[in-house]
Amino acid sequence: MKNKTRLLVIGNGMVGHKFLENLVQSGEKEQFDIIVFGEEPHAAYDRVHLSEYYSGRSAEDLTMPTPGYYEEHGISLLKNCCVEDIDREKKIVLTNNGDEVPYDRIVLATGSYPFVPPIPGNEQDGCFVYRTLEDLDNIKAYAGKSKRGVVVGGGLLGLEATNALSSLGLETHVVEFAPSLMPVQLDPAGGAMLRLRIEELGIQVHTQKATNDITRVEDNQLRMNFSDGEHLDTDLILFSAGIRPRDELARKSELAMGERGGIVIDDHCQTSDPDIYAIGECALWNNQIFGLVGPGYMMADVAMNSLIGKQAVFKGADMSTKLKLLGVDVGSIGDAHAKEDGNEVYTWHNQPSASYAKLVVNKGFVTGAVLVGNAEAFDTVLQYKLNQIKLPDPPEQLILPRFDGGGATLSADDLPDTATICSCLNVTKANIFASIDEGAMNVSEVKECTGASTGCGGCAALLASVVNSELAARGVEVSTDICEHFKHTRQELYHIIQVEEIKSFNELIKAHGQGMGCDICKPAVGSILASVWNDYVLEEDHLPLQDTNDTFLANMQKNGTYSIVPRIPGGEVTPAGLIAIGEVAQSYDLYTKITGGQRIDLFGARKEDLPDIWAKLIDAGFETGHAYGKSLRTVKSCVGSTWCRYGVQDSVGMAIRLENRYKGLRSPHKIKFAVSGCTRECAEAQSKDIGVIATEKGWNLFVCGNGGMKPRHADLLITDLDDAELIRIIDRVLMFYVRTADRLQRTSVWMGNLEGGLDYLKEVVLEDSLGINAQLEAQMDSIVGTYQCEWKTTIESPEKLRRFKSFINSDAPDTTIEFTRERGQIKPIETALTE
Amino acid sequence: MKPESKPQWVDICSIDDLVPNSGVAALINEKQYAVFYVPTQTPSVYTIGNYDPIGKAQVLSRGIVGDIGGDLVVASPLYKQHFRLSDGSCVEDETSFAGSWPSKVEEGRVKLMVG
Repeated sequence: MKNKTRLLVIGNGMVGHKFLENLVQSGEKEQFDIIVFGEEPHAAYDRVHLSEYYSGRSAEDLTMPTPGYYEEHGISLLKNCCVEDIDREKKIVLTNNGDEVPYDRIVLATGSYPFVPPIPGNEQDGCFVYRTLEDLDNIKAYAGKSKRGVVVGGGLLGLEATNALSSLGLETHVVEFAPSLMPVQLDPAGGAMLRLRIEELGIQVHTQKATNDITRVEDNQLRMNFSDGEHLDTDLILFSAGIRPRDELARKSELAMGERGGIVIDDHCQTSDPDIYAIGECALWNNQIFGLVGPGYMMADVAMNSLIGKQAVFKGADMSTKLKLLGVDVGSIGDAHAKEDGNEVYTWHNQPSASYAKLVVNKGFVTGAVLVGNAEAFDTVLQYKLNQIKLPDPPEQLILPRFDGGGATLSADDLPDTATICSCLNVTKANIFASIDEGAMNVSEVKECTGASTGCGGCAALLASVVNSELAARGVEVSTDICEHFKHTRQELYHIIQVEEIKSFNELIKAHGQGMGCDICKPAVGSILASVWNDYVLEEDHLPLQDTNDTFLANMQKNGTYSIVPRIPGGEVTPAGLIAIGEVAQSYDLYTKITGGQRIDLFGARKEDLPDIWAKLIDAGFETGHAYGKSLRTVKSCVGSTWCRYGVQDSVGMAIRLENRYKGLRSPHKIKFAVSGCTRECAEAQSKDIGVIATEKGWNLFVCGNGGMKPRHADLLITDLDDAELIRIIDRVLMFYVRTADRLQRTSVWMGNLEGGLDYLKEVVLEDSLGINAQLEAQMDSIVGTYQCEWKTTIESPEKLRRFKSFINSDAPDTTIEFTRERGQIKPIETALTE
Repeated sequence: MKPESKPQWVDICSIDDLVPNSGVAALINEKQYAVFYVPTQTPSVYTIGNYDPIGKAQVLSRGIVGDIGGDLVVASPLYKQHFRLSDGSCVEDETSFAGSWPSKVEEGRVKLMVG
């Protein structure tokens, strides 16, 4: 195509990538011929979560564009390529390879570089910065031969780096020039509380320290000499003392610059040359650099709109932040230091629980806040400030703990339509309403449509309240009743059955329901009864509750015949086992196929043949595979360290152990596991409900992934577990899911609807915030202890076997089941009813 | 062509062969019936065709029995449509019928009227 506008995007970081994504989404990309210059050897990656690189996420996991995204949209990304000069007269740029590339428009997204204080000796071996994946690789390699590490900088970035060093197992120190930690975002009292919490973790904090120089002492150690005469010896020094805009290219090209650096932009993100835009941390708007990703994303959106001729204005951004630093919740809003005239403060110190809260108000409105140790109030207080909502009476209820479970929560109706609900993805209340207009009917669907709460997830509770209150206002009945027979959710029924020790459906519906039940509530209750009491599912009381698959312990196929799946734990099967399965399949002429879960499915079995087929399989040592149940299906594994040159743990052994532990567990929906023997992840564990990946030190546990219709990448729950810890934590996660999920809700959707998301799940299963872990473990132990192979129990009971007869009044086979043959195997023929 | 036969009661099994709140299949003259036993209702036995006209297979006797909006129904195990036990009509699709036949319990025996 001719006459496309040549657009150069210089810099491929988070903001540069967001700009490209926005442009693709706008549908106007075809106007442009786009070349992207990236200095690093990688495509854009998530720098905000960089420290997770040390806790199990790989470079690929952190990568922002999905594989093939740029190619698919015709965007050329030149990696390892810098632009060295812009000739604005000739409209060409010059790259480090000596190439000249003509342009019509440029977007500068060059980002920032870490500020290294000008301390003599700061360039020695053992001194690092914390910005890129390469930095992290270098630090990790050096940390391997180090015992102690020092981070220079006690601000937000410094503490992130502290987290990284500490997770490498080093004795970690933080050195800060100011009198307290995070001096920009926190007041001295908040900084002191944060210090207390961090020191509890064994990190040593040194404030009010100016470093004169860094020298090398014996044992090849570095020595930091402070201005107060003291010194600190260390193996490794990490500078993380703030950022500076990467503006050297703009400076060389004589664009207007700020006095202290930064590329000056206007409200449309245009620089002093209207053909050149600047966005993100390199840009200076109203004399301000925005060192957070949120405002950078806003600039990306404004620049993109301006480029395609639409009106959009950058009006600055709120710099309030909420984050978890070294496990401590920290929030800072607006005028944290109460510097403005007329500001008044409320503070709440809770020494025993080491939390601190401060509210800054002025003439009836919130102007700032500091929260350390507990940031639950953050969303509400921020909404009060951003939307200028009149303070409640008394104002301090906004930050005080809730003694009665009540307290000041902001009702969704109090917020104006312009209120930003999700600041990561910049989703407003109006955006959420628009998605409901387009048919989103619940929180999950709104999340999917708008992206709200898919960044840090901190707004989940607020989002749920906005969505539910709007749905209610529109007369959409948000009924959580399981069906017309019970005015309860599945979770409530679970609770009732457990607390009142109800053992049968009839008992339950008599006491808590109405009518006879149906195909919705009966299997759900059957599943709960099995999870809680683990009775044999074909007891006469339970039999009518089961779907046909559970009734006949096999999967019904379209012609009314069944498929059979023997359990093959971990996908490991002996040649003799394979032969036995083959012989059974051959003698009953069953269609045979390998499944995605590393086992073998035998199709076309007649109901009346199921017991004989199973008798033979059980004789050969097989058990039921529960392919028919809402229960554990398979634990897929790679071959692991036993055979593989790369494996670091015995993944097959662990898979077999897990499959044998959880087989038979009845749950709200099917559950799939996988275990990979190294980070190459050949078992694809990150697409499973429970994914286990081996590390040098043990196992990393991922949860709530899914393949299928709506793929979801599993979340990393915890790293480097030993075998026993791994099993205990899986016990808790599974049992918590079984207790709290809705009917037919996979773990991925359950996680999506869990208020508080992954952090909440971590609190429950890792920190025991609900005090239920002992119960969860005991219940799992009881289920594991009462496991029975349902097929074995069935074929031992002549009474149960009668159910498998094709007809109650005849031993004749069902002649309407017919097959043809294809590729050497049977294939069903549809039977038409003939009178 | 089968000869026209006069409808008559056919004995299929003992009431003890049935499981409360579930179904069984019966075969009479090569036609399949789905017989359901719901002891709390009057009558307690219901018979519809075993053939699911939507799923196109002989499976209705293997569905879950329940009530929807007050009507006794069985849910097809294939695609979950509900068929009324009283007359074999489909709740979700007015044009689909499984058929229905009189049935009764007499001196502990279950009997269908077919012909």
